[in-house]
Amino acid sequence: MLRALLLTLSVVAIVHAELCKPDAQNAFKVRISIKTALGDNAYAWDANEEYLFKAMVAFAMRRYSSKSTTQISNVLLCNVTDRVSFWFVVTDSSKNVTTVPGSEVEAAIRMNRNRINNAFLLSDKTLQFLKITSTLSPPVEPSTPVWLIVFGVVLCLIVAGIVFLIVSGIQKHKKKNKDSTERENLEEKVEVTLENGIPCEALDLKAGHINGVFAADDERFTSL
Amino acid sequence: LSAAPEIPKEDGRPKWDNKFQYILSCIGFAVGLGNVWRFPYLCQIHGGGAFLIPYFIALLFEGIPLLHLELALGQYLRKGSIGAWNTISPYLGGVGVGSWMVSVLVSLYYNTVLTWVMWYFINSFQEPLPWSVCPLNENRTGFNEECYESTAVNYFWYRKTLNITPDIAESGKLQWWLILCLAACWLIVYLCTIRGIETTGKAIYVTAIFPYLVLTIFLIQGLTLPGATEGLIYLFTPNLNTLKNPRVWLDAATQIFFSLSLAFGGLIAFASYNPTKNDCEKDAVTVAIVNSMTSLYASIPVFSVLGFKATTAYWDCLDRNIINIINEFDLPEEGIMRQNYTSWISFLNSSYPEKIAGLKLKSCDLQEFLDQSVSGTGLAFIVFTQAIILMPGSQAWAILFFIMLFSLGLSSMFGNIEGVFTPLLELQIIPKSAPKELLSGIICLISFLIALSFTLGSGSYWIDIFDRYAGSVPLLVIAFFEVIGVAYIYKIKRFSKDVEWMTGRKLNLYWQIAWRFISPLLLLIVFMAFVTLQMQKPPSYTAWNPKYEGFPMKEEKVYPPWVHALCVLLAALPCVCVPLVALFHLVKQKRRSKDPSFVPPEVFSCQGANS
Repeated sequence: MLRALLLTLSVVAIVHAELCKPDAQNAFKVRISIKTALGDNAYAWDANEEYLFKAMVAFAMRRYSSKSTTQISNVLLCNVTDRVSFWFVVTDSSKNVTTVPGSEVEAAIRMNRNRINNAFLLSDKTLQFLKITSTLSPPVEPSTPVWLIVFGVVLCLIVAGIVFLIVSGIQKHKKKNKDSTERENLEEKVEVTLENGIPCEALDLKAGHINGVFAADDERFTSL
Repeated sequence: LSAAPEIPKEDGRPKWDNKFQYILSCIGFAVGLGNVWRFPYLCQIHGGGAFLIPYFIALLFEGIPLLHLELALGQYLRKGSIGAWNTISPYLGGVGVGSWMVSVLVSLYYNTVLTWVMWYFINSFQEPLPWSVCPLNENRTGFNEECYESTAVNYFWYRKTLNITPDIAESGKLQWWLILCLAACWLIVYLCTIRGIETTGKAIYVTAIFPYLVLTIFLIQGLTLPGATEGLIYLFTPNLNTLKNPRVWLDAATQIFFSLSLAFGGLIAFASYNPTKNDCEKDAVTVAIVNSMTSLYASIPVFSVLGFKATTAYWDCLDRNIINIINEFDLPEEGIMRQNYTSWISFLNSSYPEKIAGLKLKSCDLQEFLDQSVSGTGLAFIVFTQAIILMPGSQAWAILFFIMLFSLGLSSMFGNIEGVFTPLLELQIIPKSAPKELLSGIICLISFLIALSFTLGSGSYWIDIFDRYAGSVPLLVIAFFEVIGVAYIYKIKRFSKDVEWMTGRKLNLYWQIAWRFISPLLLLIVFMAFVTLQMQKPPSYTAWNPKYEGFPMKEEKVYPPWVHALCVLLAALPCVCVPLVALFHLVKQKRRSKDPSFVPPEVFSCQGANS
């Protein structure tokens, strides 16, 4: 009994080593940078995290192929380094001692990349599947570009300023013209009423004035 | 016009509201984009603090005397450049016409530079900044190729802003977004110069003072950035050996000359609106010193930011190498830090040399990053924008930076436009009854239409041409004739008496010596050296060509012959005015002397207010 158990265990171990080794067929290298992503809140990578990883990959395979045959034990991890980096394969329990084709694994991971990243609080850059490229999300573009809005505001202010200045200029011009024509009219009226420098009101054109100078001269003549 | 006259003779000429407005206008005209993006570059490449020696010598013997000359001339004759030189002597009228022409040419392309500033300004409101990320390519598998190979900042400048063509002969098409910004810029210029100094005098309070505020803010922020001290040490460490190179002295002389905006006619126009009894000597010294101090003051934040950028680039280079090593050797994260990088590298090189060689690590050298010197538009739109992305709160910094550049350029534009506007007003192109607003509107409209050609794909190449040819050699020629004209045709004794009448004290011997001998000689030497240097190599330009094999380096190309001819025309046209007008008057005089019935009019017409 014990011998059978030992035999199966060693077979499993050998199979495991056969299927999961660096650059094996259908194997993928994963590189994780926890300290870069989380800084002081970084967690340590231990056996529990590895279990979670296996669970996430199994979950991804189940979601992708929508047949619930992939178990956590189907995901094999090996060559874990301090970096943290390791290799993994997904075995197929229905067929003996084979691995699921790499394309399927890749598609499954791609489909569920977001969920896997979030489980580890990481991103595409800090949880890298080395052979699986991520599709880049397009930058968010508002329907009207922001610069056009700002430009509109600036233009309105400028045009308002110009219109204000032109209108005030025209008003000043009109007022100046009105003032100068009023002054001209005033001067004309004053001119009309000036006769020899003496205002006509002072000159009594009907009555006469006795010129005192001539009147005084009468005394110089001797009387006859 | 109905105000009571404050000076004995009220000639209806507009005047400044107060002396401060006038000084601020002159300072605003002199302090421009060159103070921010040319002076620090010259300091850097010409031995740091050592450059200040030729700079201050040039200021003392070339800058201040010429500035004093122009301000005194304008103030005494109370006319714009064309009228003033016609008054000095009709044979020298060409000097005024030349100044006017240069002001026109420079106004055209200078406002297009402001267009680019405005475009960046309105794009700074976007989060994240549009020059910080590369756009994706069509099938969204990666980034746009042109952007990926150069940088996002380069891509935004060359493709999204200029949409530049690979060759000057290919004009490309008009870029509609630049046309919009150009229209906005000319409308702003119209708004501010609509009634001449009446409106620019008010606007200058904002546009001349605001840049100093922003420079101070950048100074404080820049000094707190990591790597700022390296940048400043690099800038100011004097290397006295560079003084042996005559190129340094030439650059100092030309920098002072162009920095003070001499020979544009704008300074003469500004001074002509002054009351005649004004101390122009003190004004000239004040403006020149403030201009130079501003250049120095501006170079501190510029170099703090450049030092920060170089340090960040150096750290990025180190980090990239570290990541590569860690990934290759599967070492734990943070196993190699920047500090022990060199010791690790030497250890790994000795133990696994083939692996290290296979990684193809780039050598990271801080000096190399600091040495990447840029001036002009490259500094503002590529280097600085990249540094701003790295700062926290980058949008606010970008907005502040571009408003500052815009104010600096706008206050210089006022001087340029005044140099165009005042002579036209005096020549009475439009009837006296028509409002001033009409003339300024016509000037702005015509300039806008001509400047549309700068919004083509090849526009920035043309702006370089205008900057190099229209805004350099003609100014030297005109300034030379200005000094010779005043010193030898108008005669120094007469001019001294005029200046004494204005300032109320005897003219210092220094001015007489400078105007008579030193400045003309210096100008002649600078002109000869400048032209010789330009002639030495065939005029070439660097083009942005994505298909070039050395891309992202720019491709060095030679101007085609028709472009070369245009360059020569641009440089020669203002200069040629001087002899042409003199010749025209000579011919007129000869014709009149042949006609016996004609009574020759006074050659020297009445001068200014003192007749």
